[in-house]
Amino acid sequence: MNGFDEEQIGRLLRLLPPAPTGWVRAAQELPAARAALDELVARAEQDAAFRLQLRADLERAVAAAGYEPSPFIVSRLRRLLEAV
Amino acid sequence: MAVEQTDAQLVSRCRAGDPDAWNEFVERFSRYVYAICGRGFRLSQQDAEDVFQEVFARAFERLSELRSDDAVRPWLAQLTRRLCIDRLRLLARDTPSDAEPDEREVDDVLAQLDDAMAVRAALDKVGDPCREILDRFFCRDESYRTIGDMLEIPAGTIASRISRCLDKVRSELDGRSRASRPS
Repeated sequence: MNGFDEEQIGRLLRLLPPAPTGWVRAAQELPAARAALDELVARAEQDAAFRLQLRADLERAVAAAGYEPSPFIVSRLRRLLEAV
Repeated sequence: MAVEQTDAQLVSRCRAGDPDAWNEFVERFSRYVYAICGRGFRLSQQDAEDVFQEVFARAFERLSELRSDDAVRPWLAQLTRRLCIDRLRLLARDTPSDAEPDEREVDDVLAQLDDAMAVRAALDKVGDPCREILDRFFCRDESYRTIGDMLEIPAGTIASRISRCLDKVRSELDGRSRASRPS
C-alpha cells in the first residue's frame, strides 16, 4: 500500500463518507441497551405477567417498563421469547 | 500530530470494558461498514441501516470471540458481507430482481475500501485542521465557501490548503510504507 498520488488519495477519501449520525449514535448506545436487555430478561424470567405483556405487545411492554424499545432490544427479546 | 491507536489496542480496550473504547470503535469503523453496505452491496438506506445496526450489535456481543485483535477489520468486513447477503436473499424472496452482486465486484470494492481505510488512518495521524478540511471537502462534499464559513478561514485559501493537506497525507502514507518495508 504505497505510491498514491494526491488525486488517488482524494478519490479514496470519497469512498468513505460518514454514516448517518443517528446510526452511529444508536450503535454507540449498544452497551447501555445490552444492560437494559439483561434487566428486562431477568424481569421476564421472574414475572409471568410481564412475560405475557411482552408476548402481547413487545414494544409497548418494553416502553411501559421504562426502557427505550430500540431495534436491538426488540430483536433480541423477540428472539428470546420465540426460543422459550 | 494525533496519537494513533492501533485496531488491536482499541479492541483490547473494548474487551477491558473501557467506557470510551466502544464509542471510538464505532466511530472508527462506522464509515467502513456503511460503505460496504452501500458501495459493495448497493443496499437501500433502510436495509443498510438494519444491517449496520446488526453488524455492530453482533460485533459488540462477539468481540471476545475474535481470535486476533489485529484482525478486527477483516472480521467486520466478513460479518457485514454475510449480513448484506442475508438481507439481499430475504429481499429476493419478495422481489426476484434484487440479485446478489458478483462476488469479484464485491472483492474489488472491499479492496478499495481497505485502501481507503489506510488513507483514513494516515489522515487521522496527520490530524486537524487537515483532517477536518479534507473530510469536509472529499467525504462530505462541502464547497470551498461552506468549509471557509465553518472553519472561519478565507474561502480563497481552501484549494491551496487542500493541496498542502493531501501532500501531508501522502508523506504520511509514504512514511508508513517505508517503515513497514523490510530493511
